[in-house]
Amino acid sequence: MAKIASSFLDISYLDSLSRLQSPIHRLDPRVKVIATALYLISVVSFGKYEITGLIPFFVYPIVLIALGDLPLVYLLKKILIAAPFAFFIGMFNPLIDRAVVMHLGPIGISGGWISFVSIMLRFVLTVGAVLALIASTGFASICMSLEKMGVPNVFAVQLLFLYRYIFVLIDEASRMVRARSLRVFEKRGMGFSVFISMIGQLLLRALDRAQRIHRAMRCRGFDGEIRMTRPLAFCRRDGVFVLGWSALFVLMRLYDIPQWMGERITGLIG
Amino acid sequence: MSHHIVELKDLHYTYPDGNAALHGVSFRITHGETVAIVGANGAGKSTILLHLNGCLIPETGTVRIGDFPLTRKTLDHVRRTVGMVFQDPDDQLFMPSVYEDVAFGPLNLGLPPEDVAERVTQALTTVGALHLKDRPPYRLSGGEKRSVAIASVLSMSPSILVMDEPTSNLDPKSRRQLIQLLKTFAHTIILATHDLDMVLDLCARTIVLKKGRVEADGSTSDILQNAVLLESCRLEKPFALQACPICSPVPSGNNSILQSKQHAKHNHL
Repeated sequence: MAKIASSFLDISYLDSLSRLQSPIHRLDPRVKVIATALYLISVVSFGKYEITGLIPFFVYPIVLIALGDLPLVYLLKKILIAAPFAFFIGMFNPLIDRAVVMHLGPIGISGGWISFVSIMLRFVLTVGAVLALIASTGFASICMSLEKMGVPNVFAVQLLFLYRYIFVLIDEASRMVRARSLRVFEKRGMGFSVFISMIGQLLLRALDRAQRIHRAMRCRGFDGEIRMTRPLAFCRRDGVFVLGWSALFVLMRLYDIPQWMGERITGLIG
Repeated sequence: MSHHIVELKDLHYTYPDGNAALHGVSFRITHGETVAIVGANGAGKSTILLHLNGCLIPETGTVRIGDFPLTRKTLDHVRRTVGMVFQDPDDQLFMPSVYEDVAFGPLNLGLPPEDVAERVTQALTTVGALHLKDRPPYRLSGGEKRSVAIASVLSMSPSILVMDEPTSNLDPKSRRQLIQLLKTFAHTIILATHDLDMVLDLCARTIVLKKGRVEADGSTSDILQNAVLLESCRLEKPFALQACPICSPVPSGNNSILQSKQHAKHNHL
């Protein structure tokens, strides 16, 4: 229970970050969404043994976090929570792909290890960037900007409602868990069958609530389209942001900057 | 002023699961009245409310809102006329911020943005919640949520307000503020509630339901003093009309706990 409640507090903390004031927060949400999408595509599109080419991409989340006054430690913890997923995706690579592709002194490093490191790097980069985006923009604004950019209304609204009612659902679930734990003695009643019926119960309650919400929406003239009023103003600053970053991402994607710098430096020394 | 009239004639409703909720309900509420609908759990209060703005369409019998009978064709008109405040504000406040939630209705009415802004400010000022406008609804207190839920309906300028248990889950002070607020409204107000003290304060007329039928319909002061009628409908006199348990203890009903305590003290002495 404590776990559910604390993760709930965590989400609302992420949400409260989006109401900070900073140069990043003041940007049009659309440019942040576009820049982040481009960023994700660039990072993901690298070959599977790429490591050095990925390193410069750290600049984007770092700039967002620094200029946006976002708490670094908190975001790192959030990344860590999702880390096992990436870890299990990559963990078999070193076992399967044993061909040695490079030597670090006497130690031969197999392709599997390199692709594993590459996966973990990409994971940190992508999740970090998306978290920084959410923390500096707010989920609602992201949904809205998606809708403004032509994502079908249905999807945007789905996302919006998902986010709005996560809080209510977690509240409901934690009340249920609390109610059970108060009547559980010596682990009796903690079984799987009880858990299943609780999940079922939660589903039924959610359906009921969905119906009531739909009713409330119909009562206020809902006709399938959500209209938002937040004015979005695209100004020069936004243009500079999106163009600057896009150019940099393309550059970093096409040219291996660390390698180029390394060659220049060794060239100078030689 | 026929457009503010609410009239039910011989309304029947059976839920899809076979539960017959209404067996011929009729009443007529005229412009500017404040009417309470009271009754036991399951007496049909909520079912009636759901008919008043077309969440349910009458099967047998008719519902008239103003000049129009309630049918699928007149739904839009009816929903514009009747503002419904739900019991659980979480059901009603679904937008990311208070402002957007209050603007939801007016935007759907197709009003121009300046008018929407004006209406939202007006509605939030009326309920005293203008300072909450940028907050997300799920982070408000119960009383604040209720105020915002009312504002979200006021912003559509309905002529009839329908409320389901408006004082439930409110602390005494918020409850009092809500009652004072409702007193200032010129709308026709229809309340379904168990809070009979509020009914006494607010409503000149009361309709008592019992098992899907109108058991009594008349002046609040007559009905709420009729102990026999209230008892038969699983209701009680409001506290304001009960004798003070300390000045004039009665040997039965609610006050028995206090009595027996005093009694015990007496014996010990």
